[in-house]
Amino acid sequence: MNAAQMVQSLNEKFGDAITATTEFRGEQSVIVRLKSLKPLLRYCRDEMGFDYLIDISSVDHNEQEPRFEMVYELYGLTHHQHLRVKSTVSEDQTVPTVSDLWATANWHEREVFDMMGLHFDGHPDLRRILMWEGYPFHPLRKEFPLAGKPSDMPDVAFSGIAPLEGGPFVTSPSEAGTIEREPRAKSFAET
Amino acid sequence: MTDAPSTIPVGYDSKIEGNIVHTKLDAAINWMRKSSLWPMPMGLACCAIEMMATACSRYDMSRFGMEVFRFSPRQSDVMIVAGTVTYKMALAVKRIWDQMPEPKWCIAMGACASSGGMYRSYAVLQGIDQLIPVDVYISGCPPRPEALLEGMMRLQKKIDTEHSFVEQKKELIEQLS
Repeated sequence: MNAAQMVQSLNEKFGDAITATTEFRGEQSVIVRLKSLKPLLRYCRDEMGFDYLIDISSVDHNEQEPRFEMVYELYGLTHHQHLRVKSTVSEDQTVPTVSDLWATANWHEREVFDMMGLHFDGHPDLRRILMWEGYPFHPLRKEFPLAGKPSDMPDVAFSGIAPLEGGPFVTSPSEAGTIEREPRAKSFAET
Repeated sequence: MTDAPSTIPVGYDSKIEGNIVHTKLDAAINWMRKSSLWPMPMGLACCAIEMMATACSRYDMSRFGMEVFRFSPRQSDVMIVAGTVTYKMALAVKRIWDQMPEPKWCIAMGACASSGGMYRSYAVLQGIDQLIPVDVYISGCPPRPEALLEGMMRLQKKIDTEHSFVEQKKELIEQLS
């Protein structure tokens, strides 16, 4: 059974819980309602042989509602099929943990919590993983400025505002010389 | 009883006199300090790879007396901050710097350690000079081993111009008067 057929049988099994399925360049994605997310992932692991969770990521759609989106990348090491499962999350919702299904989800969910500020129900150890304990912000949220915000935890860490000089520092890949190519402050208006 | 040597050296001895050097104490101290710089490798990113290459046989820092990398700050003279200093790491770097005994020097190796480099972001300290005093900045991303050697030799030249003993003496005289 290939991934497309698996999506077909997921559709039959979960019906209304699956709001959309997409295929892009042979990659299959399933968009599922949040309350059916965990049953679907469990079914994928137990019945469809997706024994490997490649990655969990989260997307901030900022002004859309629901605002956030969880993305799960699944892979089966026996059938070599790849499946992407997405689910939208609004700001006041929490996401069920899948760290009991795939142990690797533990740290991935901690990263989502750290960077995006989403909470996971039933997570055994929901602490920050990249920033330090006590850092007050979630830096990958869209409203958080690239330059950062000042914060201070005495004896642990502090943070400040990076000088952006009017725009983010970006490279300009081209045939031009080093001086033109190297990272410089460039506002989006100029480009 | 053995026979006494037939000639006993008294007065002028050309062999000994030839090996006497007259100099200022500061110059002697500076010469000793700069000739055996013991670096503390603060390798935080890709610059550390170049730093390791500098210490290895092809570039061979030991030609200039700076090869004794110490992983204990208590035995080091110069901290080479090689790489991106994140805010999470920043106070750890400071703590290690504070543990180094005086006299000590600091080299900011590469764009990140000097200014934050291409990481204009919430997570990266914009230059280690915001926390500790830097003697030599080395440009490059990462700098080539020759650049690090050049930086270390600049530091040696800088050490050569110090006059710590004269200053100590001045302080002492002021205290006594």
